[in-house]
Amino acid sequence: MIRFDQVTKVYSGPSRPALDDVTLEVLKGEFVFLVGASGSGKSTLLRLILKEERPSRGRIHVLGQDLGRLPNRKVPYFRRNLGVVFQDFRLLPNKTVFDNVAFTLQVIGKSKGFIQEAVPDTLKMVGLGNKASRYPHELSGGEQQRVAIARAVVNKPAILLADEPTGNLDPATSAGIMTLLDRINAGGTTVLMATHEAGIVDQMRRRVIELVGGRVVRDERQGGYTQTIPVQTFGLPGAADAPAVASGVSR
Amino acid sequence: MRVGFVLSEVGSGLRRNASMVISVVVVTFISLTFVGGAILLQMQIAQMKGYWYDRAQVAVYMCNDSTVTGNCNGTKATQEQVDAVRAQLESPTLQPYIEHVDFEDQKQAYADFKKQFRGNQIADFVTVDYMNDTFWVNLKDPSQSDVLVESLAGLAGVDQVQDLRSYLEPIFSALNAASYTAIGIAVLMLVAAVLLIATTIRLSAFSRRRELGIMRLVGASNRFIQTPFVLEGVFAALIGSILASAAIVALVQFFVQGYLTKVETSTPFVTLDSAVVVVPVILGIGIVLAAVSANIAIRRYLKV
Repeated sequence: MIRFDQVTKVYSGPSRPALDDVTLEVLKGEFVFLVGASGSGKSTLLRLILKEERPSRGRIHVLGQDLGRLPNRKVPYFRRNLGVVFQDFRLLPNKTVFDNVAFTLQVIGKSKGFIQEAVPDTLKMVGLGNKASRYPHELSGGEQQRVAIARAVVNKPAILLADEPTGNLDPATSAGIMTLLDRINAGGTTVLMATHEAGIVDQMRRRVIELVGGRVVRDERQGGYTQTIPVQTFGLPGAADAPAVASGVSR
Repeated sequence: MRVGFVLSEVGSGLRRNASMVISVVVVTFISLTFVGGAILLQMQIAQMKGYWYDRAQVAVYMCNDSTVTGNCNGTKATQEQVDAVRAQLESPTLQPYIEHVDFEDQKQAYADFKKQFRGNQIADFVTVDYMNDTFWVNLKDPSQSDVLVESLAGLAGVDQVQDLRSYLEPIFSALNAASYTAIGIAVLMLVAAVLLIATTIRLSAFSRRRELGIMRLVGASNRFIQTPFVLEGVFAALIGSILASAAIVALVQFFVQGYLTKVETSTPFVTLDSAVVVVPVILGIGIVLAAVSANIAIRRYLKV
């Protein structure tokens, strides 16, 4: 589904790499937490998957496509298979909930009939069936994030990328959002979520990939936010799926 | 669906940027009016040249009773002298240069003069004797009038051999200068128009950057994203072009045809047919420039 082969990303300037020799693989239907401090490279990793950035070195495959060989004009069509959710929701303030979700489908040229059918279904799925005609500013933060999630999944993407989707929400609301993401994952969508909220990760017990200074220092099935077993190798192909004891490498 | 969506985006962009759109309309209107004016002036010059060069290009004036210039001594040229000039014009040396020759005697010249200056006091004052017998010579190549001047100016009874183009040249060069000035102003204004369109589109894109960001994120194609902006620029420029076209047609209809032709009856002026030729040129320039500059302006927002 998603594969990174020794990917390094260096932004211009003499800074250290944002991602340093990252190798990992995410399989279809997985739910993966991406944890690490701010600046550890989580967002860069998500941006690379979206092809908003190109890697300085290494190769990235997403949905069977080599992103390095994907021509620019095909990037829009590639992105139609990905849904994205952000910490700051990024809703359009002058459009209703319904129109915000429908906007996604309009701009990729879906028919009116399809939109009339898909949008209410998706809004019901995220629990906003009765708030379709509200404007974003009339909703709570949790509800706004549900709209954003509805927008991300209305086109039934194979992968959902979430960049700290609970970052602006209180714990109770966050739990609701996580239930929703879990349900979306259960429907077969691969979910990749960057976060630094320990409570959520510890509670969900899903695969955890930890980044420190742009390096993968831990890749654990059913992990917690903090290391439960002293783990991990990095940079070895295949090692991602087999947690093993490693010489504690981090900076 | 897509067409409706794109058009509604164009509409909201135009509304949001109304003041910039109006300035684009005004600047394209003025610049394209200058372009049209310059083209019309060139057409006018070509038409006048064609008209005048088709007519007598060289006049050979014979002496009359009152001329003392040239080879004249105050007596009218005799029939022999006239015949000598005619023979010279028909001689094998000059024949190859000449298209045809018309002879106008004093009476005809007087009648023409009366007609031309009807209502003017000078018409009452001039008599037949003041007129010249004249050969009107049409040359095959109007620029070779020197040949005629050289071979005829020395003949007895010839007052003057005059290339009439020398009267027209200053007029043409003045008109030419006017049309080049118009073109220069038009080019400057067009540069301003292009930059203004680009700025307008950038502003429009900036005010919609949230939408643009989301569009790119969810995979709207580049063409889909840029079309509303390009149409916005083209729409504004199109209105300016239509106004400019209307101005050009009105100028020809009311100023040239309605006023100039009545004041200056002897000169052929451009007609509505010429204006109709200019209109598509103006519309084309307006649309193409707007489309290209909007396209370039929006490109920055499409980088993936």
